[in-house]
Amino acid sequence: MGLFLLRRVGVMLLTALCLTFIVYFMTTLYPNLEKLAKTQGNFRMSDEAVASYLDREGYLEPVVKGYGQWLGVLPGHTFTDEDGTVTGRCIAPGAEAASAPSYCGVLQGDWGWSVTFKDDAGGIIAKRLGLTAWLTLAAFAVMIPVALIIGILAGMREGSRMDRSLSTFAIASSATPEYVSGVIFIAVFAASASPLNAFLADMGWISGRTLLKGSATSAMEDITWANFTLPVATIALYGVGYIARMTRASMAEVMTAQYIRTARLKGVSFGKVVMKHALRNALIAPFTVIMLQFPYLLTGVVITETLFNYKGFGWLLVEAASNNDIQLLLGCSVVAVFVVLVTQLISDIGYVFLNPRIRIS
Amino acid sequence: MDPLTWTGSLGTALNPLFLAASAIFIASTLAYVVASFVSPVPQVRAINETTAIAGNGTTAILGRISLVSLLVIVIFAIIYVMGGIVSPYGAAGIVGEIGERFLPVWIALIITFALSITFKRKLGLYGKLFDSPIGMVGFGLTSFWVFTAIFAGAFDMIITHEALVQESGMKNKVPGTPLRGAAEGEFPHYLLGGDTLARDVFSRMVSGSITVLLIAPAATAFAFMVGITLGLPAGYYSGPALTWRGMASVVFALVHICLSILLFLMHDFLTAAALSVIGWLLLLLMHYVSLDTVLSFIANLVLAFPVILLFFLLVTPEIRSYEMFSVFGKGITFPRAMAAVLFLFPVIFLLVLWQSRYFTQPAKRNLFVGLTVLIGGWLYLGLAWDADPMGRISMDAGVLIVFVSVVFVNAPTVFRIVRGLVLDIKTRDYVAAGQTRGEGPWYIMLWEILPNARGPLIVDFCLRIGYTTILLGTLGFFGLGLSPESPDWGTTINQGRRLLSVYPHPAIAPALSLMSLVLGLNLLADGLREESLRD
Repeated sequence: MGLFLLRRVGVMLLTALCLTFIVYFMTTLYPNLEKLAKTQGNFRMSDEAVASYLDREGYLEPVVKGYGQWLGVLPGHTFTDEDGTVTGRCIAPGAEAASAPSYCGVLQGDWGWSVTFKDDAGGIIAKRLGLTAWLTLAAFAVMIPVALIIGILAGMREGSRMDRSLSTFAIASSATPEYVSGVIFIAVFAASASPLNAFLADMGWISGRTLLKGSATSAMEDITWANFTLPVATIALYGVGYIARMTRASMAEVMTAQYIRTARLKGVSFGKVVMKHALRNALIAPFTVIMLQFPYLLTGVVITETLFNYKGFGWLLVEAASNNDIQLLLGCSVVAVFVVLVTQLISDIGYVFLNPRIRIS
Repeated sequence: MDPLTWTGSLGTALNPLFLAASAIFIASTLAYVVASFVSPVPQVRAINETTAIAGNGTTAILGRISLVSLLVIVIFAIIYVMGGIVSPYGAAGIVGEIGERFLPVWIALIITFALSITFKRKLGLYGKLFDSPIGMVGFGLTSFWVFTAIFAGAFDMIITHEALVQESGMKNKVPGTPLRGAAEGEFPHYLLGGDTLARDVFSRMVSGSITVLLIAPAATAFAFMVGITLGLPAGYYSGPALTWRGMASVVFALVHICLSILLFLMHDFLTAAALSVIGWLLLLLMHYVSLDTVLSFIANLVLAFPVILLFFLLVTPEIRSYEMFSVFGKGITFPRAMAAVLFLFPVIFLLVLWQSRYFTQPAKRNLFVGLTVLIGGWLYLGLAWDADPMGRISMDAGVLIVFVSVVFVNAPTVFRIVRGLVLDIKTRDYVAAGQTRGEGPWYIMLWEILPNARGPLIVDFCLRIGYTTILLGTLGFFGLGLSPESPDWGTTINQGRRLLSVYPHPAIAPALSLMSLVLGLNLLADGLREESLRD
């Protein structure tokens, strides 16, 4: 187990290094740098001005060196201009060059400077991650119980009509990406033109013009039923189908096992067989699937936050990418890659722990 | 012209009944699910689809009610659509007129289903699909959109207005609004309303299906070619990838020397040296670890990359137009370089396929290989390099980058599936028999293992087209790749979402289309899986 863990962590670190290097390489390709310089200066900058800006900021150094500096294994870039003032990656604006540390990368906890938000990239990411945490937490709190219940109900009597209707629902939900369900939800629950809202307003059952809100911007300060339901439902719906189908398959397999038949034959009631004998064994596979849903969740979060204008991590990623804010984008991708790799690791370890057949041998 | 209502004069009589049937269906289905959970049904296995499951009183009745009301709903839907076809223009409302526009599709669907059901016993797995209701629904939905794309794209049929034409006074108009001063022979209404730029939502929805159905299946097929070509050897060979004395070792070393020279020409010294050293280390490593380890690591690398980040990095306009280096005076951009690699796989796949099978019959082999090189090379030059000598085949730069990134995202998953299947199948006796007969490794992989892995691969192919459609929609939703005027569904949803809470109709139409296509593909895959597991 120890060796297995060590190997997995090693491969994980190697993967993270490769991926962040690719992101660094792509974001510092010359046209991207040129765009960055022009958004920072002005759009009519001459090529020389662009080059001198990039040189001062240290973007013209070799890719590997730049990546090493960002990582914190090489000393940070410094630049001395004509009158002898030293500026550099590690030197905070207004601080003395001599007193600044020479290494300042991710390993030292320095995430760099976001040019779009004029702030420390690490701080921005932490703040936005906090907002997204609420959204994903709520989505998981809805998605997992619903998916497990649907999967168990469907898998407990394979082939019954209940199985067919629930499975069809699960398939339909996994065919509804966030940008489709979000649009439909907004049109039905948050558009004043929708018949549902017109009906509810006529009856005087809702105070405003719509039942729920199509924008979650206000949920960043204050989460209410009206502004948070739709984004949470949007994220949860796409995931429900997949987890439910996996749970159903696992449950159906367990229900055909010998020990279930034995339990039924010795007279244990159907409900008890499901709850006591089948459930625990049937939940091993869905655990892996749920953990592996996290990476897919990221795409969902980005779409949902864009659609509902909730300024969390997904929104930040879009902003960083569209402004080519290199340090911020790198920070975001580190977080994203880290989430993917850690969930993979947890899912592997969890599978080993949950499954006695592997654990004992 | 008067504005159209949803169901026209047909609706006055039918609408209340239709609503009642829908309400009964929803209520009875919910009640059925609850009832069958509460009351323990003695479990009687269905012998086949037509044999009902014996249940006790209430539950069985509820199930019966929900089934009958579903049937009634379907019959009403058919009447609404038929009403538009038989009655004069406008009498059957928007639904009827849309039904009439889709007339060629209905005819094609009826012919397809009639023929398929008649000859289903002779059609193998495809015929078996018509034994499963879920599979039939899935096949129906999928072929609906396929036929729509064919009739709209090739024969210019279904569409009422041009997808890019703007009519004055039609901005954000609700479904069924008549055109102001429609000319003679012009279609008098915007059936599903107008969008923010006063274009016809219905026509854009239909033309969007052409883009989606051109890109999604083709991109999935390419991803499968890449995944299969790499997955087969990864699963089949278990020893170290290279041997010190082998030819491959020398070839790889030579290739790497060429690449290193290219690197030193393109980049600064430090970067080139670092990349080159990494390359040599990899080459060294491949003498100790298997091909599987290396390829799986690369596949996992791509899989660990968040899809959305990859799209943002790859599909931005700056990267799209950035020329890394030039070959024969042709600037090579990022997407073109990726296309040059990815599009090579189908040609390689086919060449190995013919060579491994027909190398004992040189005449036949030469014919097949020659044809593949000729046609494949022509398509390859046109699609990947935009250098078709006859100037016929080319791919728009926006479509190319979308295509390439979708293939790139899908290929690793296909690789993993194929690899897993090969690992399982290569332990079978018929593979051992083949090895004993002296069959070559590629013959065994392509002509013994691959045909026996076809079931799961066909199922995954259907699912993956659906997933690719979703990915295309995601790209469109963020305005990446295709031009903002493109009628494809993702881009249209992106255009419509800004005014969603005031004018939902421009975004709803493409959203529902996309959903129904993906749903159809998923149901089709489910039906295929069920039927292929049965035998």
